[in-house]
Amino acid sequence: MSAGTNDSTNDVSNRALSNLDLETPEKPYLDSNELIINMGPQHPATHGVLRVILKLDGEKVLGTECVIGYLHRGVEKIAENRTYTMFNPYVDRMDYVAAVSNGLGYCEAVEKLMNVEAPARAKYIRVILTELNRIASHQLWLGTHALDIGAMTPLFYTFRDREEILKIFEKYCGARLTTHAFRIGGCQYETYAGFEKDVKNFLTFFAPKIDEYEALLTTNRIWMERTKNVGVISGADCIALGVTGPVLRASGVQWDLRKAQPYAAYSEFDFEIPTGTNGDTYDRYLVRMAEMRQSLRIVEQAVNGIPEGPIMGKVPKVIKPPVGEIYHSIEAPKGELGYFIVSDGSTQPYRLRVRPPSFVNLQALDIMVRGLLVADVVAVIGTLDIVLGEVDR
Amino acid sequence: MPNFIMSYLGSTVTPGEAGNQFWALMYVLIIFAGVSVAVICMNWIERKALAHFQVRLGPMRVGPHGLLQPIADALKLMLKEDIIPAEADQFVFWVAPLIGLLTAFTVYTVIPFGPSQAVSDMNIGILFMLGVSSLGVLGIVVAGWASNSHYPLIGALRSSAQMVSYEVAMGLAVVSAILMTSLNEKGTGTLSMIGIVQAQQQQGVWFIFKFFPLGLIAFVIFAIAMIAETNRAPFDLAEAESELTAGYHTEYSGLRWSLFMLAEYAAMIAVSSIAVTLWLGGWMRPFPNLLRAPAWDFIFSLFPGLTFLGLAAITFLGVARMPAHSFFKIQRIGLAVFAALLGFLALLLLVIAIAGRSADTSLAARFREGIDYVYWFVFKVAVFMYLFIWYRATWPRYRFDQLMRVGWKVLLPISLGVLMVTAIVGVIVS
Repeated sequence: MSAGTNDSTNDVSNRALSNLDLETPEKPYLDSNELIINMGPQHPATHGVLRVILKLDGEKVLGTECVIGYLHRGVEKIAENRTYTMFNPYVDRMDYVAAVSNGLGYCEAVEKLMNVEAPARAKYIRVILTELNRIASHQLWLGTHALDIGAMTPLFYTFRDREEILKIFEKYCGARLTTHAFRIGGCQYETYAGFEKDVKNFLTFFAPKIDEYEALLTTNRIWMERTKNVGVISGADCIALGVTGPVLRASGVQWDLRKAQPYAAYSEFDFEIPTGTNGDTYDRYLVRMAEMRQSLRIVEQAVNGIPEGPIMGKVPKVIKPPVGEIYHSIEAPKGELGYFIVSDGSTQPYRLRVRPPSFVNLQALDIMVRGLLVADVVAVIGTLDIVLGEVDR
Repeated sequence: MPNFIMSYLGSTVTPGEAGNQFWALMYVLIIFAGVSVAVICMNWIERKALAHFQVRLGPMRVGPHGLLQPIADALKLMLKEDIIPAEADQFVFWVAPLIGLLTAFTVYTVIPFGPSQAVSDMNIGILFMLGVSSLGVLGIVVAGWASNSHYPLIGALRSSAQMVSYEVAMGLAVVSAILMTSLNEKGTGTLSMIGIVQAQQQQGVWFIFKFFPLGLIAFVIFAIAMIAETNRAPFDLAEAESELTAGYHTEYSGLRWSLFMLAEYAAMIAVSSIAVTLWLGGWMRPFPNLLRAPAWDFIFSLFPGLTFLGLAAITFLGVARMPAHSFFKIQRIGLAVFAALLGFLALLLLVIAIAGRSADTSLAARFREGIDYVYWFVFKVAVFMYLFIWYRATWPRYRFDQLMRVGWKVLLPISLGVLMVTAIVGVIVS
């Protein structure tokens, strides 16, 4: 999607590019000065080690500046010194909340580069695990977002239910968080005995739990007041800034890579793309809640229609993609997760670049919070659903 | 035994009024110790109840079911290094928690646990109480300022604005309750805390039900304002953890921090006591007007004993449910001793209730009466304490501007309206 050329998008790029002038106060009112506050990197609401410099007039936010890099591990550089297979577990450490999605994106990118395809059964297993991971990621988002806004209890409910997903992961591949579930060309592990039963049990277990979360929050007056018309961003602004995922969809743009350019087996499933209208925090909340239900639908179809067959495609022992470059992106829980890989024909990538949804979405923070209050900054950071491992890589 | 000790036991007025300095001092000590113990209990109950709301267990390690956790915490806080930031204003930083604590405890001088069970019966009791409790904000503002740090400063500013604006609605709600006390043949009301309860006794109705729903609305306004007044969720903006790390006490640690906590909980109990006194009949047992036969008096006087019996039973159940492993032997013994203690207390209370069942002026009857008064008062306050926990587990936090809007644009007009309507209805009725 190309950036629009209307006035509002130009306005956005100007605002987004202007850095804070931290030295000179803007138009002093009486004898009051602006307050420069350092939020993070050690702050309960910045979800890791994000540092936001806030410029405040009383409680009103005049501007923000994000300082990132506290969790920088040089993942992209590491890729240049590892073989394609060896680099696979590293991608799990970027968005550690949705490690399965990261692995899926990477494996599919390399497969595309090598021009091989995973077998149908492997694709179905991938879809099931990825969608379960999307639910787990959204659960974590919901819990921490609600906690930031002051509702403590949803956090514990979501963690209780997320456990069931992590148990399935653990039984499948031995790891709960950084799963390394997929391999280039398919999956390493066949599903364990009782996998389908576990997944089906989870489906029946989890559907009423979403209602439970919603009972606590959706019509809660304080929740609505705290989230409605907070952190509003228009669809055009989202596109101009490259913001993707639920944030984009909540602004009314129906853009989901699972539908727009289907990968894995997504073209075979019937699901909807939930969208919002106002682009505020409340709509983003509703969109993500609806996405969890849609994920359940996808998992249900996938687990019922899982085909028999091999789980590994025809991949050579030593992975040596031909010279060339590839960009492949998937719809991660947080937005478009893309991998750009340049191959020089050797066993290691010549260059690997990740397009992390959290990093790009974080750009929108400044224009979303200007003119709001300090409490809203916390709400907006929560609603952007960033993971600092992915922002800093 | 000297006369001044025994004479109070036969008296029907507070020691302060009777000029009995010995008993006034005793009451001060009892209340100080009692409130401190109540805060410790509240700390444990809050953590356990909140944990069970949130599918957790809460403290389980220190003592059986974590019963000794608050004591362990208190010890830890006392032993911690006393840190005063280099940039802070040393003296003000030092004095701020004391202001909060002092005001929170001073309020208790006028809280009536019974018609004669109070330090003193001040004729401007409720005014004194509101005045002193609103001084508590000074401690918070001063703490935020003295820390010389941004987050505490914002927290302090928030809480001062919040407390000042909610005090207005709170005060108006209180006035409408005070208006109701003037509905007697003399036509004069009272500001005395004991007088307010006695007015409810004479009129035969708790003020929450008076002029239904006027009393109820005033009570609800007070109940909302008192949460804001004590900086509890969903109005805990001053210490909003996710926004301001810890708000006004960010720079505090150890004993000073625990003084803030002590003051906060003491203030919670204090405002709940005001609500109970003004609207829920203070020390009166339920249905004093409907079930007025002496038999009912006796049945209700069994409640304190039965409550402790129930607690003892629950505790014994806990002993029985403990794992049989020898690792839990000491815990099991400890819990059993605690249960036995509760059971003994229950028996003692039941014996007193039975021995003093005749409504004469014997010592046992006096004791029975006093226990009843204190029990029902504490019971009603405990319900409020539970509500505080429940709110905290359920609701998100208000934003600052929304909080001010609720205070000034919703609660204030409603409380003004209720006040005026109450006055008009009162004039018509009398």
